[in-house]
Order: sequence, then C-alpha cells, then structure tokens
Amino acid sequence: MSKNQQILDQAIGQEYEYGFTTDIEQETIPPGLNEDVIRLISSKKDEPEWMLEWRLKAYKQWLKMDEPDWSKLNYSNIDFQAISYYSAPKPKEKLKSLDEVDPKLLDTYNKLGIPLEEQKMLANVAVDAVFDSVSVATTFKEELGKAGVIFCSFSEAVKNHPNVIKKYLGSVVPTTDNYFAALNSAVFSDGSFVFIPKGVRCPMELSTYFRINAANTGQFERTLIVAEEGSHVSYLEGCTAPMRDENQLHAAVVELVAHKDAEIKYSTVQNWYPGDPKTGKGGIYNFVTKRGICLEANSKISWTQVETGSALTWKYPSCILKGDNSVGEFYSVALSNNFQQADTGTKMIHLGKNTRSTIISKGISAGKGQNTYRGSVKIMKGAENARNYSQCDSILIGNECGAHTFPYIDVRNPSAQMEHEASTSRIGEDQLFYCNQRGISTEDAVSMIVNGFCKRVFNELPMEFAVEAQKLMEVSLEGAVG
Amino acid sequence: MLEIKNLHAGVDGKEILKGINLSVATGELHAIMGRNGSGKSTLANIITGRDNYEVMAGSVTYNGIDLLELSPEDRALSGIFMSFQYPVVIPGVNNTYFLRAALNAKLKHNGIKEINAADFMRLIREKLKLVDMDEKYLRRAVNDGFSGGEKKRNEILQMLTLEPQLSILDETDSGLDIDALKIVAEGVNNFRNSDRAFLAITHYQRLLEYMQPDFIHVLIDGKIVKSGDKSLAIELEEKGYSWLES
Repeated sequence: MSKNQQILDQAIGQEYEYGFTTDIEQETIPPGLNEDVIRLISSKKDEPEWMLEWRLKAYKQWLKMDEPDWSKLNYSNIDFQAISYYSAPKPKEKLKSLDEVDPKLLDTYNKLGIPLEEQKMLANVAVDAVFDSVSVATTFKEELGKAGVIFCSFSEAVKNHPNVIKKYLGSVVPTTDNYFAALNSAVFSDGSFVFIPKGVRCPMELSTYFRINAANTGQFERTLIVAEEGSHVSYLEGCTAPMRDENQLHAAVVELVAHKDAEIKYSTVQNWYPGDPKTGKGGIYNFVTKRGICLEANSKISWTQVETGSALTWKYPSCILKGDNSVGEFYSVALSNNFQQADTGTKMIHLGKNTRSTIISKGISAGKGQNTYRGSVKIMKGAENARNYSQCDSILIGNECGAHTFPYIDVRNPSAQMEHEASTSRIGEDQLFYCNQRGISTEDAVSMIVNGFCKRVFNELPMEFAVEAQKLMEVSLEGAVG
Repeated sequence: MLEIKNLHAGVDGKEILKGINLSVATGELHAIMGRNGSGKSTLANIITGRDNYEVMAGSVTYNGIDLLELSPEDRALSGIFMSFQYPVVIPGVNNTYFLRAALNAKLKHNGIKEINAADFMRLIREKLKLVDMDEKYLRRAVNDGFSGGEKKRNEILQMLTLEPQLSILDETDSGLDIDALKIVAEGVNNFRNSDRAFLAITHYQRLLEYMQPDFIHVLIDGKIVKSGDKSLAIELEEKGYSWLES
C-alpha cells in the first residue's frame, strides 16, 4: 500500500515522463503519399522486387477504399498527405553487436527503461528494439538461433527468409481487409518476424519496444509470427511514445499463424501518449489490425492486452479457429481517462469442430473517457460443438465518462454453446467511504478496486508485464476521482 | 474521549440533528436508541465524516482535537471505527488483502512496522475464532456473497483486528438471528476495556441485554430527549417511544 502511495505521489501532477525527443539526426522523407514514396521506402530498405510489387498492389487497393466511419470514435480528419512515411536514424552498416549502435540511441532506450545490457544479463529476454521505422540491435540472436528460433526485424526477414514471408504475409490479414491494413501493407516500415520451428518451445519471452519520434511520422509496424507444428512462443509488446502536439497515426498489422498443436501467446501493454489531460489535444491514434489463425488442429492463440494510452484506440485482436479443437482467447483491460476514446474488442470466428473461445473484456472509463467494447462471435455452419464464453465488464469512475457495448453473436450451427455475461458498475461513493473508514485513502481505494476488477486479465500476463501493468493502471488513473 | 456540543447537522441541506450534546469517556459504552429517521445514522455519518453530510453548527472533538477538520481516513487512523449498518460489497478485492491493507495503514500511521502476510494470517486466524467465522471468508472478496449475518460478523472481525479506540456500532443487530447476535455481542464485550469506548446505535433492546451499556440516550427528531442507565432500555421496551415524544 505504501508503495502505491509513493508511486501515486510521484505521478500526481507529473508530466508524461516519456515526453522527450532524442535529437539525433533523423532521415525523414517529406510528407505525402504516392507511388514514388513507396518506391523510395522499398529501395531504402533494399527490398527485393516482389516486396515492392506487393506494396504497390496494396497501395492501388487502398486508393479505392474509403476510411471506415462506423466506430464510436470522434476524431478530426486525418490528412494522409500530411504524414511523413519514413523516418530512420542515419543509415549504417548492418550491426553485429551493441557496440556498433549509435550511443545516443542506446541512451534513448535507457531512458525508456529498456537498457539492453541489463535485459541481456538479468531478464534473459531478447529485445528487438525498433526505433521509429528501422530495427536496430537484435540481441540474443545466437541463443535463439541454437533453438532454431528466428527472431529478427521484418525487414531482415524479407531478405533472409523470403519464402516464409511470401507464404504467410497477408494470409491472415489480406491487404483489402480494411482501410488501415491496406495502408499499412503499402507503407509498412518495419516490425518483428518470429518463426518457431517444429516442436520447439521458445526458450524465452520475446519482446519488442516501439517509439515514434519525429512529428507526424506514421508508425506502420508489420509483425508476423509463425509457429510450426507443436511449437510454443510467448511474445510481449510494450510501447512508449513522446509528447507531441500533432496527432500521430499508428496503423500496425500483426499476423499470427499457429500450426497443429502449436501455441502463440501475444501480450501487449500499451502506454502511448494519451493526449493532454486538460485539452485532449495530441496523443496517438492507435488503429491496429491484429489477427491470428489457428490453422490446424489443437492449436491455440491467446491475446492479452492492457491499453492505457493513446488518444484513440481502435483494434480488435481476433482469432480464426479453423483447426479442429482449436482455442482462441482474448483478455483485455482498456482504460479511457480524461479525453481518451477506445473502440476495441475482438472477433472469434469458429470454423473447425470442437473449437473454444474465451473473451474477457474489462473496460474502465474515467474523466470524460469513452470506452466501447465491440465483439463478434461467429459460429459458422461446419463448426460442430463450438463453445464460447464472453464476459464483458465496465466500470465507470465519475459522472462524465461513458461505456458502450456492442456484442455481435452470429450462430449458424445449432450445436453451439454460447455464454455471455456483462456488467456495468460504478466505483460507488459508498465503496470508497468504506475504504476511507478503514483508514485507506481514496487513491489507494480506487487502485485496489480497479486492480481487483482487472485481476482476471492481469493474471494472464507474463510476470514482468503484470507488475508494469498494475503500476500503469495506478498512474493512468491519477486524478480520476475527486 | 468524544465530546459533541450543540451539534446541528444534516444531509442534502436538510437539518436532521438539532442540537446534540453527548460526552463519551474511555471505558464507556453508550447506546443511542430511537425510531427510524430520528437521526441515529446521521450522527454516525457525521462522526465518521461521510461526504454530503454537513455540520451547520456545533462541534465534535475527539481526544481534544477538532474531529470535523479531519478527512474520513484520518479519523479512522486516529482510532475511530464504524461497523456499518449496510456493509458494502467490494468485488475483486480479497477480504484478507483488504484487512491487511487497513491494518498496515494504521500501523504506518503510528510509526510501527507493517505486518507481513504470514504474521497477518496468524493474527487473523485468532480473530476469526472470536467471531466464529470460518477461514473460507478470507478467500472471498470483501462481503461478496456474504449473508447479512456474515457481513455483520465481518464488521466485528475488522474491529477486533484494527483495535480502534472508539467504535461506532450502527445497528449491528439488525438482520441478525439470536445466535449471531450473541456471537457479535460477545465479540464486542471481550473487546471492551478501560481504554476503549463504544457508541451502539440500535432500535431494539435485545442487543443491549447482551452488551450492558453504561448510558442510554433516546434520540427523537434529532434531539436527545432522555438519557439514563441500562434500565431505560427496559422502560422503552415496555412503553415504546411515544411517551417521550410529547
């Protein structure tokens, strides 16, 4: 309890501490989007012809599409021509070790709390640090290499593992899937590539950190994770971003492919700049398409997310349960405080037999935040004995926030078993007073109650993230009550 | 310990207490009796500092300090405890975790080292016996799925763990069967000593049979119209309140 108080005391009135920019030289393409920009991106990354063709095809498709307007998000129009689509630190030769990394860059990582050296020695977590649009310094390559695990930047994978990329890229999220996926497919900068070979249990948690630096630079990350038969991997994604006045667009695409008996666990703790707490200005627009396919029998994909940042969050990590007996899970805590808005949820599509999906969504609204859960569970005709359990809870703190729920259930097979529970509650004055009367301050009481509310989801996170997630909730809720 | 002088107070702009004078010394158990709406809970809420309850005139001092200046949690930390009439449910927050957090808040306030989980478990097991509660209650969320009687016993469990100087028992007997009532009363009685004081708010006389108050005050329309010793309770039981209302 005293520790919480310490953290809160520090946080109250504190500026977003990651609000700084590194002033190393950045190579930034002038804003605007056209075929030449795409060719430039591709050539800067030294991509093979087929990759450029793929991008151009996506771009042409994007031009024909309209920006979706069905969400509950309220935002001013994005001028796609006013964004710069490429930003990277001065290009250097391929780096073999951390010694070769620009020291200013390493300093950035240290400030963000991810000192690569420390992680190397203590946490035993391989870190593929993505700085803006270029991946720098991949650690633990060798150790993973021994296990046969490939964990590298997406750009590297395009060059070194073209066949895998060609086979799977766009197979889970086709370029025409949605407006932002098409945009991403045209201009994606970089991301992670993970390949776990047959029967291998990845020896460590994999993680990646993101950062948007230059103003108006779209962050278009592309990640692909492939788990071959009988393999297992746990991947963590955690982000921070600096303070900016202009909104920053983040339109990533993540594709997961799980083969027979394989399991992919994908966890996210998202802490992007949420916008000025007093005016709502600035902040990241986080429009992400994440989808996994349980391609073959007995596979499992599990999404766990803690979203506390961003001005706008628009994402539906989903699972296609194609393989028989496959399992899809979605555990989410989404916080909207001050002027934040979130329209998030999941899609579970049951195709195979005896498939199971679990959805646990916890929404917390505070300040003037608007939190929307949008979920879709589809049981297709051939999906015999499908089972779904959905639990969608909202908690409202204060009088000016909102929570909305749009659950869609589409069942086309009569053997399906569906369970849906939903609850909406307030943190009542009487609950807070009860805690006060036991000597517990209101801030601590709110933390305790919110923590209890989120526990079910936090329990799904890998240990080190669970702790960070709790702290993040506390800091994000400062000033929410009273 | 507790001095209330000419207290005028109410809620939502309405005056409910119309000039209360009350003095509680250490070692004493005072009972406040009265009909519904007489102001009994208002008194409890004013002492504990609940939001929306306002003081229009008068003073409340506790061990010489102006109690009305303190926040509710500071009042609690200075040794005031209330057993709620309707204990609230706090889902997701484990009962044991909550109680330990409360105890540690108190220890910290008094400059004492916080209690660790293992020592706390030992402590709480002893206290559980005093209220005849099973350990399974420790695994539940605060008051989650508790029956009325279990909630009241949970309140007393908290009192025995936090060891306050001044305990306000707000209609602790309501909703209890005879056996539960006896357990609660016994818990309170065993906790009584010359350093502690109690304010027991109740409708009925039967709680007072078990708890033997030093003073009884009858509250009618926001005023204490009569005070007496425990024999007053028997008189009220026989005659009701109407003889005092004129």
